Amino acid sequence: MEFVNLIIDKKPVKVKKGTTVLHAAKEAGIDIPTLCYMKLDDVGIENKPGGCRICVVECKGRKNLAPSCATEATEGMEITTNSMRVLNARRTVMELILSDHPSDCLVCAKSGNCELQDMAHKLGVRDIPFKGEQSTYKEDFSPSIIRDMDKCIMCRRCEMMCNKVQTVGALWAINRGFESVVSPAFEMDLEKSTCTYCGQCVAVCPTAALTEVDHTKNIIRALADPNKTVVVQAAPAVRAALGEEFGMEPGTLVTGKMAAALRALGFNSVFDTDFSADLTIMEEGTELLGRLQKHLDGDKTVKLPMLTSCCPGWVNFFEKQFPDMLDIPSTARSPQQMFGSIAKTYYADKIGVKREDMVVVSVMPCLAKKYECQRDEFKVDGNPDVDYSISTRELADLIKGANIDFNKLPDEDFDDPLGESTGAGVIFGATGGVIEAACRTAYEVFTKKKLEKVDFEQLRGMEGIRSATIDFDGLPIKIGIAHGLGNARKLLEDIRAGKSEYHAIEIMACPGGCIGGGGQPLHHGDSSILKARTAAIYREDANKPIRKSHENPSIVKLYKEFLGEPCGEKSHKLLHTHYFDQNKK
Amino acid sequence: MSTADIKLNPVEVEKLKAACAELNNEPGELINALHKAQSLFGYLPAEVQEIIAEEMNVPVAKVYGVVTFYSFFTMTPKGKHPISICTGTACYVRGADKVVEEFKKKLNLEVGETSEDGKFSLSCLRCVGACGLAPVVMVGEKVYGRVSPDGVAEILEEYAD
Repeated sequence: MEFVNLIIDKKPVKVKKGTTVLHAAKEAGIDIPTLCYMKLDDVGIENKPGGCRICVVECKGRKNLAPSCATEATEGMEITTNSMRVLNARRTVMELILSDHPSDCLVCAKSGNCELQDMAHKLGVRDIPFKGEQSTYKEDFSPSIIRDMDKCIMCRRCEMMCNKVQTVGALWAINRGFESVVSPAFEMDLEKSTCTYCGQCVAVCPTAALTEVDHTKNIIRALADPNKTVVVQAAPAVRAALGEEFGMEPGTLVTGKMAAALRALGFNSVFDTDFSADLTIMEEGTELLGRLQKHLDGDKTVKLPMLTSCCPGWVNFFEKQFPDMLDIPSTARSPQQMFGSIAKTYYADKIGVKREDMVVVSVMPCLAKKYECQRDEFKVDGNPDVDYSISTRELADLIKGANIDFNKLPDEDFDDPLGESTGAGVIFGATGGVIEAACRTAYEVFTKKKLEKVDFEQLRGMEGIRSATIDFDGLPIKIGIAHGLGNARKLLEDIRAGKSEYHAIEIMACPGGCIGGGGQPLHHGDSSILKARTAAIYREDANKPIRKSHENPSIVKLYKEFLGEPCGEKSHKLLHTHYFDQNKK
Repeated sequence: MSTADIKLNPVEVEKLKAACAELNNEPGELINALHKAQSLFGYLPAEVQEIIAEEMNVPVAKVYGVVTFYSFFTMTPKGKHPISICTGTACYVRGADKVVEEFKKKLNLEVGETSEDGKFSLSCLRCVGACGLAPVVMVGEKVYGRVSPDGVAEILEEYAD
């Protein structure tokens, strides 16, 4: 290992060769402010266009100030991060950025959670001396994401996420100079582009240029309507992150407080998407075993590997970019949609409420779920199975708006019957969790033997692409896992080329899986938050008395009373779907 | 996703695809592919950019990003008689700006625009290597030297048809 010695703010620093000045300073306990720069360590994501110039430092012997995020530390360098010249330059840069940014902080969706606002405050900007033209663009509303490019500061984090990480290719910087902005091709609306609504652009946007479509008002209206029965489901990853919005440590599990808060908000029934995650395992697991058995019997028409289908960003991705492979993913609907379908049939019948009088709300770590619940396949006579999908952030807003002191809430349970779940359901929230849950059930169903150790450690982790072979009592089952759509693309291209040896593959659009979803509390580039949430998910699983989906008593009852067999006729109608070539819309 | 609504000449499209293949469909050759396309079609409509994206394995958003970044690339079709006025140093000091103004007035066009009937388009360029003839105007391939604002009408007359 080669090292270099340099001096930063009069402190001698020794760092590995190749380290940037920014990180060398960090190691020495000097926190140089950054704006466009962003790094998520464990998932290998870094944005350093060196564009904003907030992180400039003085480098002895160099005429111009250097952007520390894009300048390598070299032997003998003498760096000053806080000289008069640096501080003035930094503030001027900020004043210039602000001179082309709307000053509507008081009513802005990101106020209080805006990196630009925070940085302006940190740099002590009290006036914007530069008065000039401001760039304006047409607002772009899609079912999931709103683009308000007047607020774009060209950090290009979204472009990096959309292209390098997700390989979706919907966003790119266009034009030059004052006119430059990040946009879909031909300035078309996001809805018409290759966008999958994964929301990773929203997750990293430092300002309110990219935000989610806000459904909180619709929910307040539904809750206030005495003629409506309003039913809510909360996704696994939400309980591992919601606490952050209330000042709790990342990784704090707030399952009980969340249930209490939802009840306090006035939802008639507080249910759990973990329940329908268990249901997904029943359907998807049965489908996998069916395909596998046919394959083992020598049926060459059976497609393997089977790919998971619970992630709507991923579904949009293959529908738009791999329309020749629509028959490879499982036909099982996502847990959100399975829940909606069962709530508006089985549960509505049980409590004697008409479909049109029931409103199903989902709380999701995801923005693509907003689009998913609007898909025509998930409507009956125009009435959607899930009426509104809100993000973890929107739920926090609802709780705050209703004067609920979240931190002081007691732990409460979910309601029955759609609130009962297993540890297998909760791990859907982390990358590798769906396939681990599927293995727990598929193993026992296939081998007819009891699974002694339910933890499949080999399926967990943060590597972008992982693989493991699971021994199904002598039959080696090859499992692939990808999170982040760029990683998914690699596995898909292998399948297309006939090079894939997997039996089953789990794919999640967001880095880290749902815990890193586009609807989660903003991580502001701190990947330790993602790790803490993942740990929380597995902790919740370990503490559950039942950890296999097929042992969930409410699921067993649901099949007995209503559905019949997994992948049976009724299941097919209510719990499965089909895919489209979205280019032909 | 496609925004295509213009019918492209299939022969030219095949030529474009062949040109992309000659560049090994290498994403790094995007700018060369765009140059090729602009020389084939005279401009780069959305439809052409979509073909290039497909052939060169790059997102169409990136193609559009590159097209809008470089001023050489244009999405506006050139007129039947493209008028280019040199505004390089020599031509400029000998009054090219006044010539530009006269063309703008006579054609009722801004620089970079094409007339509605598709007959004329107006653009400026920097030096055609005929500084001795400054100010220089080109209409198509034909070069006019020592053009004065008074001579503009006479030039346009030639293309009255």
